[in-house]
Amino acid sequence: MSLIKNLRALVLPAALTLGLAVPVLSLATPAAADEQYFPLQSYRVGPYAAGGTGFFGGFIDYLNLINIRDGGVNGVKLTWDECETQYEVERGVECYERQKAHPGAAAWNPLSVGIAYAMIDRVTADKVPLITINHGRTDSTDGRVFPYVFPLLLNPYSETSGIINYIASREGGIDNLKGKKIVVLYHGSPYGKETIPIYELLAQKYGFQVQQIEVPHPGNEQQSQWLTIRRAKPDFVVLRGWGVMNPVALKTAQKVGFPADHIVGNVWSNSEEDVIPAGDAAKGYVAITTQASGSQHPVLQEIVKTVYDKGLGNLEDKKRIGSVYHNLGIVNGILNVEAIRIAQEKFGHRTLSGDEVRWGFEHLKLDPARVEALGAKDLFHSINVTWDNHEGNGLVTFQQWDGTKWKVVSDWIAPDWALLRPIIEKSSAAYAAEHGIKIRTAGDDVIN
Amino acid sequence: MTELSALPGVAKRLPAWLGPVVILGLAYGVVPLIGSSYLYEAILTPFLALSLAALGLNILTGYTGQVSLGTAAFMAVGAYAAYNLNLRAGLPLLLDIVLAGFAAVVVGIIFGLPSLRLRGFYLAVSTLAAQFFVQWVLTKFSWFSNDSTSGVIDAPSLHFFGYSFDNAVGRYLFALTIVTVLTALAVRLIRSQTGRNFIAVRDNEIAAKVIGVPVIKTKLLAFAVSSFIIGVAGVIWAFAYLRTVEPAGFNLDRSFQILFIIIIGGLGSIRGAYVGAALIVVFPLVLSRVGEFLLGGLFDSGVLDMSQRIVLGALIIGFLIAEPDGLVALLSGTTRRFRWRGRNLQSASI
Repeated sequence: MSLIKNLRALVLPAALTLGLAVPVLSLATPAAADEQYFPLQSYRVGPYAAGGTGFFGGFIDYLNLINIRDGGVNGVKLTWDECETQYEVERGVECYERQKAHPGAAAWNPLSVGIAYAMIDRVTADKVPLITINHGRTDSTDGRVFPYVFPLLLNPYSETSGIINYIASREGGIDNLKGKKIVVLYHGSPYGKETIPIYELLAQKYGFQVQQIEVPHPGNEQQSQWLTIRRAKPDFVVLRGWGVMNPVALKTAQKVGFPADHIVGNVWSNSEEDVIPAGDAAKGYVAITTQASGSQHPVLQEIVKTVYDKGLGNLEDKKRIGSVYHNLGIVNGILNVEAIRIAQEKFGHRTLSGDEVRWGFEHLKLDPARVEALGAKDLFHSINVTWDNHEGNGLVTFQQWDGTKWKVVSDWIAPDWALLRPIIEKSSAAYAAEHGIKIRTAGDDVIN
Repeated sequence: MTELSALPGVAKRLPAWLGPVVILGLAYGVVPLIGSSYLYEAILTPFLALSLAALGLNILTGYTGQVSLGTAAFMAVGAYAAYNLNLRAGLPLLLDIVLAGFAAVVVGIIFGLPSLRLRGFYLAVSTLAAQFFVQWVLTKFSWFSNDSTSGVIDAPSLHFFGYSFDNAVGRYLFALTIVTVLTALAVRLIRSQTGRNFIAVRDNEIAAKVIGVPVIKTKLLAFAVSSFIIGVAGVIWAFAYLRTVEPAGFNLDRSFQILFIIIIGGLGSIRGAYVGAALIVVFPLVLSRVGEFLLGGLFDSGVLDMSQRIVLGALIIGFLIAEPDGLVALLSGTTRRFRWRGRNLQSASI
């Protein structure tokens, strides 16, 4: 009888081991020779589902377009599966371990700063690129230290510089910033705080005053912050928000009488989901973006024709086609697919290893002509990634909310990369020292 | 193991040490040989870390009766202390981990002081203060994260005595060893006079005082021991599992998760922490793998995830209706029923 008791202690671990071993084995299906796999750590439930469904919807729509229209990339079919992270780090890590067993992985796109941080060591060991488009760790721009991490198009520092350059253009030139006052209202999280030093630096350099005010997460109460802003009488307010903080900021600004057209949103405060809940208060609000919204671009028209009209579209609500997050997903799809295409020209039209795709990203050069050929003219400007610059000099533009849709109100603006690069290199050098990483000195030395 | 009056065995008893030894034998001898890296990195390591945290909380809540909602905060203290000790003092990792546990002890005792006056929900609220305060301090003062701009820290590599544990199996063994040692110590403690004092304070504080249990000392000791174990669990969570930490990773949700582990597993039971962690941490993963395997092509991941929550929620409700004292009681109940049937059969044959 007490044998049962002792047996019982064995049953649980044994059952667990078995229960896990079965799915692990059954999922490891052999890949066909001509498939390239995208592990998607998506989030469709939880507080940030709006961003997740739009972004991954756009990404999947573009992969579908390539498969249906072109039969894949040079005949290599694109495959993917999704693993729900809810934007939580430990779920993202679990998904990483789960999905990496699948052969032929091209690149990881978690769309989460926290998950990306947790993956840096892992992707470096496993030699598969990690894409953090428009976000991520700023110093991972330095490909000499972070060979497998790509904050494509826009890192947080470039975003800051782009916003200041835009404000300067509104004021009639960079010299006119002198004596102006800018308030930065930031989300009380690692993401929100990432740009504090760079605003201080730019303020010193251009002679404007900056006051940075924190909004504690989640930011659904901002009365005192906006009263402070009203007292400070700034010329501009930069909104570095996330989720519910954005519409609340716009509404509270209206309440204290701060004009919406003098609020400039950052790249995670620029979506339809940020302004529609604010209603009237958002009218005139300006935000930075790397990709224009709207569905008039040829590539979106093709996605509607080829994917949605056949009932294969990923967005449940077709009204969201061409929204900011959907278009970001499409641009992300373009960048991933083109990196594979470029790498295939060097390594052959076949399933590539993660390291070969990394080479593709490090040679990802899409000039405006190539962007136009891809049907994405005016959707995004251009990109030029090199082995040591993993951001790729993306240009930014500014859009204004007119109450129903975003309207582009600026040219493509370049951040001040030359100013930012030494700061990035200082930070990445510290990381390299802390982790004992040998700094790369040439482009191709990692391929083996 | 809390069955104070175990039924007298009728047949020959297997020795009590056999079960744990077999489990350890499997965990050390068999598991490292058979699994994929997924098993170690995504299932066993977080399972071990959260089991240990639940064990720590169980000493405080289950054995001593002091409700705490600050578990994640003490994990955070442990993780950040170990990180800073490693970075700034350059001590050997093992010493780091022990000192990090003691850092959690200091914070735990400070936030345990209200327990001398408060009970039940009021104490829960005051430990909630620990949860928010610690997270605030770690976010506010960038010194704790070595002035990293985004406040996220990277765990150092795991080296002991010249051996590197920086691979999937190594990290698993690292976690397993720490968890084994601390569990053994916890078992010893619970069976000692101190452990009986814990239970006396839980069951009736006034009666305990009357028979001479030093209540104040016992309560603070429970906070200290619990915080130490939870702090070390935080180190495992940060160093062996995630390998990166941000303060938001140790939020109130984590505290609740660990509290639910011990409620569902069984309050006042060493095994309860492990069984509860298996249900809360491991079972959703199994469910999600099976769901994805069977239905992955039909629904998108959001729908699948929602239905898994429904299944898990229904199961938890079912378990708690079947046995409000937790899974451990459910398991012992099942075996006891077997025993009774055996005894009845025996007496019938006589």
